[in-house]
Parts: sequence; C-alpha cells; structure tokens
Amino acid sequence: MEYILIIIAAVFVNNIVLNQFLGICPFLGVSKKVSTAVGMTGAVTFVMTLATLVTYLLHQYLLVPFELEYLRTISFILVIATLVQMVEIILKKISPALYRALGVFLPLITTNCAVLGVAILALGMQDTTLIKALVFAIANAIGFGLAIIVFSSIREYLDLVNIPKGMKGVPIALLVAGLLSLAFMGFIGIV
Amino acid sequence: MNKTWNNFIRGIIKENPVFVMLLGMCPTLGVTSTAFNGLGMGMATMFVLIMSNIVVSLIKPFIPDKVRIPAFIVVIASFVTIVEMLLEAYIPALYEQLGIFIPLIVVNCLILGRAEAFASKNNVLQSIIDGLGMGLGFTLALTALGVTREILGSGSIFSFNIFGENASMMILFILPPGAFLALAYLAALYNRFTIKN
Repeated sequence: MEYILIIIAAVFVNNIVLNQFLGICPFLGVSKKVSTAVGMTGAVTFVMTLATLVTYLLHQYLLVPFELEYLRTISFILVIATLVQMVEIILKKISPALYRALGVFLPLITTNCAVLGVAILALGMQDTTLIKALVFAIANAIGFGLAIIVFSSIREYLDLVNIPKGMKGVPIALLVAGLLSLAFMGFIGIV
Repeated sequence: MNKTWNNFIRGIIKENPVFVMLLGMCPTLGVTSTAFNGLGMGMATMFVLIMSNIVVSLIKPFIPDKVRIPAFIVVIASFVTIVEMLLEAYIPALYEQLGIFIPLIVVNCLILGRAEAFASKNNVLQSIIDGLGMGLGFTLALTALGVTREILGSGSIFSFNIFGENASMMILFILPPGAFLALAYLAALYNRFTIKN
C-alpha cells in the first residue's frame, strides 16, 4: 500500500516535470516528436533507477559512516556521469538494438537535473529504505515519461496551426506546458 | 576594448541564457515564485559561473582533452558545495526556500556550457567578463520572472505589499502552472522586441 501511494504521488500529484520543475531541458528539448520522447523516457528510466541505486548505497555505506555528507553533490554527479558512460559502453556491446534506440539520449542525461534531483530527493524521504528509494525512482521516471509523451503528442499538432509570430517556438510550448501543469493540479488531494 | 564589451553585453541581451539559449530552465521555473528567490538563485549561479570560468580557463592547458567534461564537472561541483555551505551558514532563509535547486546548480547546463564553449578557449580576464555577462543575464531573467509572478500572484515586490492587504490576487501565478505561463508571456514579449529590431 505504501509503495502504491509513493507511485501515485510521484506520477500524478508531485509530477517531477510539471510540478517540481526537474528535467525541463529534455522536456522542452526532445519533445518535438512522440518517438524521440519515448526513446528519452526509456533512457531516463534506465539511468534514473540505476543512479538512485548506486547513490543510495554510496550515501548509506560510505558517506554517512565516514561523516562525508558534504561531499554529496560532488560524489553523486561523478557517479552519475561515470554510470552514464558505462551504460553507454555496455549497451553498445550487449545490445546494439537498444543502443541505437537510446544511444543519442544517453550523453544528454548527465546534465539532466531530474536524475540528480531524484537521487537527492530519494534520500530525503521519510524513513527511507533501498526498496522505497528504487520505487520512488521508477515512479518518477514514469511521471517524466507521462508528461513528456503527452506534451510531445500535443506539440506535433502545434506544427499544423497558425501561431502569432512572437509566440512561435518556445513561448507556445511553454504555454502548453502551463496548461498541462494546470491539468495535473487537479490530482492534488488524491493522496 | 570593443571585444571585451561585446563579451560582456552578449550574455545580457543577444544571447540571454534564459530567453534565447534556454539554458538552466529548471531553476528558472522552480524557484521564481518570489522576486527575492529569483534574485538569490541568480546570484548563486553567477558566483559559481564566474568562479568555474576562472578555474577552467586557468587549468585548461593541463587537462587532457578526453577527460575535460568530468574535470569541468568536478570544478563546478566544488564551487556549488561552497555556495551550499555559505548559504546555509549566512542566509538560512534563502537556503530553505531554494532547497534542492542549490545542489542542482551543478547540472545547470549554462555553467558547463560556458566552461566548454568559452572558458576553455579564452584567457582568464575574458572568461571573467563572459561569466559576469552571462550571470547578469541569467539573474535579470530570473528576477524579471520572479517580480512578474510575485506581483500577479501575491501583489507585492520583494515582499513589499503594493496593492494593500485585502487585494485578491491571482494565486495561480505563484503555483507551478503560473511559472510556465509567466515565462511563456515574458519570452513572447522578448521575441516581440528582438524580432522587431
């Protein structure tokens, strides 16, 4: 039950993109087509879960016992950067098909604040455990996927309509994101 | 002299990080519910940007090309940790308000972008100028967004009430959707003036 609550809260109520503003760069950057949005979601899910697993263990068994919590930011970003690089190399060897699908998105993920953000937020949860942190990471990845896929399907239609000159491009995309965010506010209070 | 001036002014208008280059959107949207938070976030980012530009332009001859990105990230992360400690010690109110967005300055694409695109190719003085210009552009954009949202959402500027106690304001603008809407219209306004010129 607890896990279901975490999932609903992360996907709908505190949606990572539309409510917490993490991962806005890929949300605006790779949402012009649904297919690339799906690819990005796959890559983010993969990296976010792995990164949360590794950073959680690192924090619990290395930083806390040696009282090095102030190194959190530096160590986490290094771990994530290394992890992304490793995932890229391993995927290339093991599954070229998956690499072709996710490959181009992987380098972008190092500077995706959603990954570092979720890794840090997972540590701040109430009596957090490894399982809880992992569920939280996967739920947030689903939330990211939901937001970016819905957004990209709307954006595909935006190409077909007449938009005032000044509103073209980014402003109209932000406006759509604002309306989506407004829609997601309707979920407040269900958990 | 002309080149130095260009490097400085470029970040403020022509290549404004927020309105033109769309870098660092997460803190732009996430912390600007009040003008003070926007200004604070802008200053913190500017500090990290200038310091990392200085260090990167100094150490660039010693870094092998292949590992330059991780090296830049470590430099940036060190300064972010310093900012985090300073804010926690001296401005705890701002530290509470900005929350997770302080450690996330590390992944602000603006800082890594300037390290890679400018500081690793230019000397220290020009890198400082570039950091100052880009930092000011970022701070101005965040403060503008913060002021807009605070006026519309809570009827005040920098917590100074301008519409009287009982005025009913559009709460929407200090909530998450308001961030997107306010930035959308500010960006449209910016386009309106730059396209015309």
